[in-house]
Amino acid sequence: MKHLLSAADLSRDETLSILDTARQMHEIQQRDVKKLPALRGRTVVNLFFEDSTRTRSSFEIAGKWLSADVINVSAKGSSVSKGESLRDTVLTVGAMGVDGMIIRHHASGAPLQVSQWVDASVINAGDGMHEHPTQALLDAYTMRERLGDLAGKHVAIVGDLTHSRVVRSNLMLLRTLGAQVTLVAPPTLMPSGITTWAGSDGFAVTYDLDATLPQVDALMMLRVQRERMSGGFFPTPREYTVGFGLTRDRLRTLPDHAVICHPGPMNRGLEIAADAADEGRSVILDQVSAGVAVRMSVLYHLLAGGES
Amino acid sequence: MGDNVIDTPNVLLIRGADVLGEGRTDLLLQEGRIVDSGSLGAPPDAEVIDADGLVALPGLVDLHTHLREPGREDAETIRTGSSAAAAGGFTAVLAMANTSPVTDTAEAAERVWDLGQASGLVDVQPIGAVTKGLAGEELAELGLMARSRASVRVFSDDGKCVHDARLMRRALEYVKAFDGVVSQHAQEPRLADGQACCHEGELSGRLGLPGWPGVAEEVIVARDVMLARHTGSRVHIAHVSTAGSVEVIRWAKAQGIAVTAEVTPHHLLLTTDLLTGYDPTFKVNPPLRPEEDVEALREALADGTIDAVATDHAPHARHDKEHAFAEAAFGMLGLEQALSVVSTVMVEPGRMTWSQVAQVMSSRPAEIAGLDGHGIALAKDSPATLTLIDPTATYVVNREHSQSLSRNNPWHGRELTGRVQATFLRGRQTFTQGKVLA
Repeated sequence: MKHLLSAADLSRDETLSILDTARQMHEIQQRDVKKLPALRGRTVVNLFFEDSTRTRSSFEIAGKWLSADVINVSAKGSSVSKGESLRDTVLTVGAMGVDGMIIRHHASGAPLQVSQWVDASVINAGDGMHEHPTQALLDAYTMRERLGDLAGKHVAIVGDLTHSRVVRSNLMLLRTLGAQVTLVAPPTLMPSGITTWAGSDGFAVTYDLDATLPQVDALMMLRVQRERMSGGFFPTPREYTVGFGLTRDRLRTLPDHAVICHPGPMNRGLEIAADAADEGRSVILDQVSAGVAVRMSVLYHLLAGGES
Repeated sequence: MGDNVIDTPNVLLIRGADVLGEGRTDLLLQEGRIVDSGSLGAPPDAEVIDADGLVALPGLVDLHTHLREPGREDAETIRTGSSAAAAGGFTAVLAMANTSPVTDTAEAAERVWDLGQASGLVDVQPIGAVTKGLAGEELAELGLMARSRASVRVFSDDGKCVHDARLMRRALEYVKAFDGVVSQHAQEPRLADGQACCHEGELSGRLGLPGWPGVAEEVIVARDVMLARHTGSRVHIAHVSTAGSVEVIRWAKAQGIAVTAEVTPHHLLLTTDLLTGYDPTFKVNPPLRPEEDVEALREALADGTIDAVATDHAPHARHDKEHAFAEAAFGMLGLEQALSVVSTVMVEPGRMTWSQVAQVMSSRPAEIAGLDGHGIALAKDSPATLTLIDPTATYVVNREHSQSLSRNNPWHGRELTGRVQATFLRGRQTFTQGKVLA
């Protein structure tokens, strides 16, 4: 495996291998000295075309703990507006001799395009409304740690699915791991053609969160992108919360063993009540912690060249 | 335009061409006209062109070409675009107004027209903008452009929709004074904004690309045919891309409304699944559609609901396409392979005859645009403006072999059947044996 562009790139065995390695990495995180020599002499660039403190920091720490030389390049804003093409930008960075490019881009498909232009391994760190495969891996890792093997487990993903790259990667990865997935959102926030897509991929789509909650093993709440509210996707925040928020009342209908995930950042009081975010079933901070371990594992699998 | 004097040093005898499926015919060309036809002997001073096995059509007319001059001469010039047109069998092209500056004044239109005349390879007829600066707010000087040396008759804000219904109504009313036509880029901007770049459906959902729903085209088509009925004016729908639009146009024609429509070669053959790899070569506006839309467009072209094939030839410099898909420029090349695509998709499978091809790629476009001297059946006393086609030639398209300055060719690597062998503009060969004749 040279690149990680999509959750669809990963077979079940590859996924499990990454998750198992991540567990070892996670153990290393608990040590006083966290450095491993696995990527010594390798250079990794964080090439971020849009802001992301959380993902960028996570990749940076992951690279450093594996002893890679990590460079952060902020390419915020459109390469178009700077007058340089995306291809020229990445060729310039690639010419500096980097081994891995971690790309966050506001446009869907950009990491795939970049992978066709450069020699380095490319990791998709989130592209537009398309995918965020390492997020899906860290979500799966977190759920697996709490729930065990995800085969047959029921995961509901709730919220702004149209604009979410997290949902697309999670859907594919969870299916690869044998989980049952239900998507919950108002019709205006469902991705185009989702019902046809669901029919062919064997997951469920519903507008009824209350009917779904009692059946789930894991509940993934997605951020409502406030900046998109003017698009008329739903009438008011209040109405959204009543229909699709994880409120205190709804929390009572969630099975005791179920876990609550959120990729962050959260809108407390909108898609998730403060009580839900902070209670014992919430694994939201576990996800952040797992993020570093999972990204260490991904970097290791892509760049370590088979060294143990 | 048809009165231009073209230097024609030789008498030409085109021997044995199949003239619109009527069988082998010899055509004698002299002083820009066909002076005789039938079974002819070669005059002693004539240059003889062996056209055995070739089909002769009136020179092709493109209702929808982007030539990029003025403003983006690095992507195309009127000269290079004219070369691409000649190589594609065209003898006239309508140059869209979205240049920089926009063709929204008589002076701008005359400049385009003059540069076309200077190239001499095809007749370049400017299209005037409907609104000043394509801003969609105030009418451009439609009448002055019509009265100019360029005699503008087609007006379009192509690239942008004239989405204000009142402004569209006024434009339709105004151009009646000089038998003009408004060519509409049908895209309701509230349903498909400037970011929309992928047919809205399952694939756009999966790829996370901003969706361009078919209904954004269809509501404008429906509105505009009703405005055309109300005003009694001619409206032309540019690059129709959906089955729903076809239904509306079919209904409108049945009502006697003066609507005409065009389809591009790429919407006749390519489907939206090509976007899976995010290759900006296939980014076009309106976007590539699913097979069911493509099939409806083929059917509509064959039955006359769609009047014309128009290329929407949209050259772009490499660096304008080498961006993330959503940020790359819209558009693809079209002039050089248009005839081959129509041949491959419509003629080879038996869905259209060459006579119908002549209609949709020459006579109807000329009629819609009010172009004199083009689209005229090849017969004695008609202009010697024609194209010879080898209907059986098969070739694989190589984007590097192009007369255009740009390389955003969606047909690269694809095998097509039916190839332009020679083009004649008023008796003068502009293209033959793979070469444009300057």
